[in-house]
Amino acid sequence: MSTTSPPQLTPEQLDALGRELDAIRERTIADLGERDSAYIRRVIKAQRGLEIGGRSLLQFAFLPPAWLAGTAALSVSKILDNMEIGHNVMHGQYDWMNDEAVNGHAFEWDSACPSEQWRHSHNYMHHTHTNILGKDRDIGYGVLRMSEDQKWHPYYLGNPAYAVLLALFFQWGVALHDLEVEKLNTGKAKWSDKGEMLQAIWKKGRRQALKDYALFPLLAGPGAPATFAGNMTANAVRNVWAFMIIFCGHFPEGTHEFTEEECEGESRGQWYVRQLLGSANLTGGQLFHVMSGNLSHQIEHHLFPDIPAHRYGELAVEVREICERYGLPYNSGPLHKQFGSVVKKIVRLALPDRDGEQPGPAPEPVDVAPEPAPKPATRRTKAAKREPVAA
Amino acid sequence: MPSTLAATARPNRLARRLLSSTLAEALTTPHGVDRYVELVRPAFSLRDVRAEVLAVRRATDRSVTLALRPNDNWQGFRAGQFVRLSVEVDGVRHTRTYSPASSAHAGDLLELTAHAQPGGAVSPFLRASAQPGMVVSLSQAEGDFALPDERPRELLLISGGSGITPVMSMLRTLCHEGYRGPIAFLHYARDEHDVAYARQLAELAAGHANVRLLRGFSRRPDAGELHGRFNRQHIHAAGIDPAEALTFACGPTALVEAVSTTWAEDSLDARLYVERFAPPAPAPVDPDGVVAGSIRFARSGREAASDGATLLQQAEAAGLTPKSGCRMGICHTCTCRKLEGAVRDVRTGEISTAPDELIQICVNAPVGDVTLDI
Repeated sequence: MSTTSPPQLTPEQLDALGRELDAIRERTIADLGERDSAYIRRVIKAQRGLEIGGRSLLQFAFLPPAWLAGTAALSVSKILDNMEIGHNVMHGQYDWMNDEAVNGHAFEWDSACPSEQWRHSHNYMHHTHTNILGKDRDIGYGVLRMSEDQKWHPYYLGNPAYAVLLALFFQWGVALHDLEVEKLNTGKAKWSDKGEMLQAIWKKGRRQALKDYALFPLLAGPGAPATFAGNMTANAVRNVWAFMIIFCGHFPEGTHEFTEEECEGESRGQWYVRQLLGSANLTGGQLFHVMSGNLSHQIEHHLFPDIPAHRYGELAVEVREICERYGLPYNSGPLHKQFGSVVKKIVRLALPDRDGEQPGPAPEPVDVAPEPAPKPATRRTKAAKREPVAA
Repeated sequence: MPSTLAATARPNRLARRLLSSTLAEALTTPHGVDRYVELVRPAFSLRDVRAEVLAVRRATDRSVTLALRPNDNWQGFRAGQFVRLSVEVDGVRHTRTYSPASSAHAGDLLELTAHAQPGGAVSPFLRASAQPGMVVSLSQAEGDFALPDERPRELLLISGGSGITPVMSMLRTLCHEGYRGPIAFLHYARDEHDVAYARQLAELAAGHANVRLLRGFSRRPDAGELHGRFNRQHIHAAGIDPAEALTFACGPTALVEAVSTTWAEDSLDARLYVERFAPPAPAPVDPDGVVAGSIRFARSGREAASDGATLLQQAEAAGLTPKSGCRMGICHTCTCRKLEGAVRDVRTGEISTAPDELIQICVNAPVGDVTLDI
């Protein structure tokens, strides 16, 4: 994992980089076809099969082997549904197929979060404003302190505890995400404006809860408590897994944050560089990539959010080569290492900053690029501040 | 084989009632019952019309005829109407309209014939790859080009080339129900083997005393009963009085225009039904030049002259407020359905002319006339 500060590229280099990445995008889009449609259908078939199998086994959840196998199958089903299918389909990655079943606007996922709201908070807010403090609300999801630039407050002493709760109930955290609760608390938004959203969340959440916590357990008769426990476990497994993968996407040491000013009027090339520097990859085998919805290729996902995710692995080879050529860091590591650094950050940021005792405005950057820096004048590399150069 | 497929393609009524229950819906939320059942029964759906291909016939060297069995959601059709058929070609779902050629009384069987157009996406695919067992999606039947329920006393049917299908359906339907009134059928084609149904047409005419068949072949003038392009003499030869009869004409634009003009001259427009088989609009020559045209916003019923800007900008300028987000082609918030027309992706310059496709309006500009579903 590189933590040195990236070189500042000249406007010409940025344009050339933009053109190279655009070319990869265009070439891949022109090549989309049967292979991609067959892939997503296969995953959908596997997910539906696992769901039917898992729920059937959980009807006999009073038998411990059935409980275990059923819970495992349902967990995997929910993970596939939310990540490789839901997340990717709702990005519009399969819109070109022209099929309602995999249409980004029509798809609804097995999660408490109404897809309509997620598409706004994620596809638009997060993917357009990636890692821009104050604009990308995925930074801490409005409850955690994930950056030194978020002003410290005694509330954040609970950072690790909130993170554990968020991980366990991640689907509900995501469901409430687009409400922008922090704005409600500070008076920047009013509850009365959120009626429609709350209603949608209530409607979707109720249906989800009814299915998992009432109907399927009731169908199991006397085994209801065991079925209930199996469903709850499957939801929790999916929640924790999704939390881990997603927090590894932008928060491991070495990822960069940006200010609104430096991103104003950015070129296509600069937009690409921001996506590159703000994201981090996870290494692993084929199964791991599928189970992470290919968000293990977070860098490629942020460069090409609407290209079918199962192609990211192939594209990564070229992207990595381009990064090397332009001297840009390519943040990648195994799950335990990347997630370990995320955990460290969550714990570290629970406390006030060591150097500046006073909680207050954002600290001065330590390691910005050598002058003259064209546009991005205040890019920060947090890790470099703490532990100069690691690996 | 088809009979066993047919037997398994439709679960019995009890199963259907269970699957459409509130409980089944609650248990399968958010995906719904269809998305699970279709994994084992691809033609099943609680609401969509899907059909299984039972048989495939390739009557001419460019046509393919599909015998289809639609699922329980199919509501039947009136002879002459069309359906939208969707198939997947190289991963992309394409939709085209076809007029059934079968009798409207043929039970729940439906016969569609496609004539492969060079460069087309769907017909050549069906010609090459359709096979029994394949499942396609259908719309319900649509269109006013149809036999009225109260049958007219006499009929003149005119077809050109592959436009034969809807009028073939009318002829078959009428013969099927024992219609006694006089029917004249004028059929124009390049030669006897140009389009499907030449043989069936001749057989029906031979078997029914009230049906008179007259054929005109442009490449073999001597082989048919008619000579040259459609004209008043042909009506005369048919022995039908257009003022008394109801006339249905379907074919290429030139034929349909000629018929329409003749009927208009005689102020008989009200007794004429026409349908054009027009090929899709060709892509414009200069992809970067602004091509004049208008944008129709079908759902809101508005129309605006195109100024070459992106469809999102033009929709907003027209006073609409379509959903949008990044305005740079990333987030897909603005994606909507283009019903007709050509658009240019402003990022790549690529032009797309396919009807009924999803586009991102923030990065697409119209090229000529475009209709959007907003």
